[in-house]
Amino acid sequence: MDFIMKPWEWYVAGPVISFIMFLLYYFGERFGVSSNLETFCSIGGAGKFVNYFKIDWRENLWNLIFIAGAIAGGFIASNYMTATDAVAISPQTVQDLADIGIVNAGQTYLPDEIFSIETMFSLKGFSILIIAGFLVGFGARWAGGCTSGHAIVGLSNLELPSLIAVIGFFIGGLVMTWLIIPLIF
Amino acid sequence: MKYIKFFLVGILFGIVMSKAEIISWYRIYEMFKFQSFHMYGIIGSAIMLGMISMFLFKKKMVRTFKGEEIHVTPKNEGLSRNLFGGILFGLGWALAGACPGPMFVLLGKGVASILVVIFGATLGAFFYGLFKDKLPN
Repeated sequence: MDFIMKPWEWYVAGPVISFIMFLLYYFGERFGVSSNLETFCSIGGAGKFVNYFKIDWRENLWNLIFIAGAIAGGFIASNYMTATDAVAISPQTVQDLADIGIVNAGQTYLPDEIFSIETMFSLKGFSILIIAGFLVGFGARWAGGCTSGHAIVGLSNLELPSLIAVIGFFIGGLVMTWLIIPLIF
Repeated sequence: MKYIKFFLVGILFGIVMSKAEIISWYRIYEMFKFQSFHMYGIIGSAIMLGMISMFLFKKKMVRTFKGEEIHVTPKNEGLSRNLFGGILFGLGWALAGACPGPMFVLLGKGVASILVVIFGATLGAFFYGLFKDKLPN
């Protein structure tokens, strides 16, 4: 029971993620979450404006089912498998965040300064959420993959494009974390 | 019925993303601040074990459950698309504190505001499709 309720260490999570990738290939498919975003566009009728989205989205139905499972898994884990919502981040991280105005870091999974309902309904808060999403979606599709497709699958497969993409992920992530986030908050 | 297995694997994915706190904004911030080994351990060990999976697929020691060979489609070559696309993705990943997988897991956790992020990500994918022929590869 203790294992179920306590946070899982990296040496549990990494192998489980790798096993998930293995299973998806064993089932005849692949591991890549961001391509679902294109499927959404196709289902929403984007093929009328852009030929790129004229695909038979039913071929990607398995991946939509996979993310439906991920939603269910998130519900199950947070409601039945989590004793406390606190995240044991490093004290230095808590201090650094307090310095830029993000308080109570680590007491819950997400900062209210970005994800609370009040923030979402403010112009600044809404803009942050939508711009962050836009960058993820546009960037992932331009690069042809996200953390799953490039970092896990591509690097496992020793692919140069994935190494370049992951270096890009880190350039972007470091610029945002060290230079831009302190200016935003 | 053939889709149930994908739903079950998705549930496992959602659980591991939640239980290892990968869906936490703070864990991503901490990673980019190099203040914890947690995320590096997760991604690194997944890749190390993934290499073994890839080896087994290539040597045909593991086939699909139907007995077909497993081919991993190579990613598109090109410095610009991978580097610039990667940089934009990284900017968004650090700001949202979530890449595409965890966005959906957070939805299951009941975080309403993540819907705005998912909408933004879908919009981003649409604009990529709109401008893809004008972008450098």
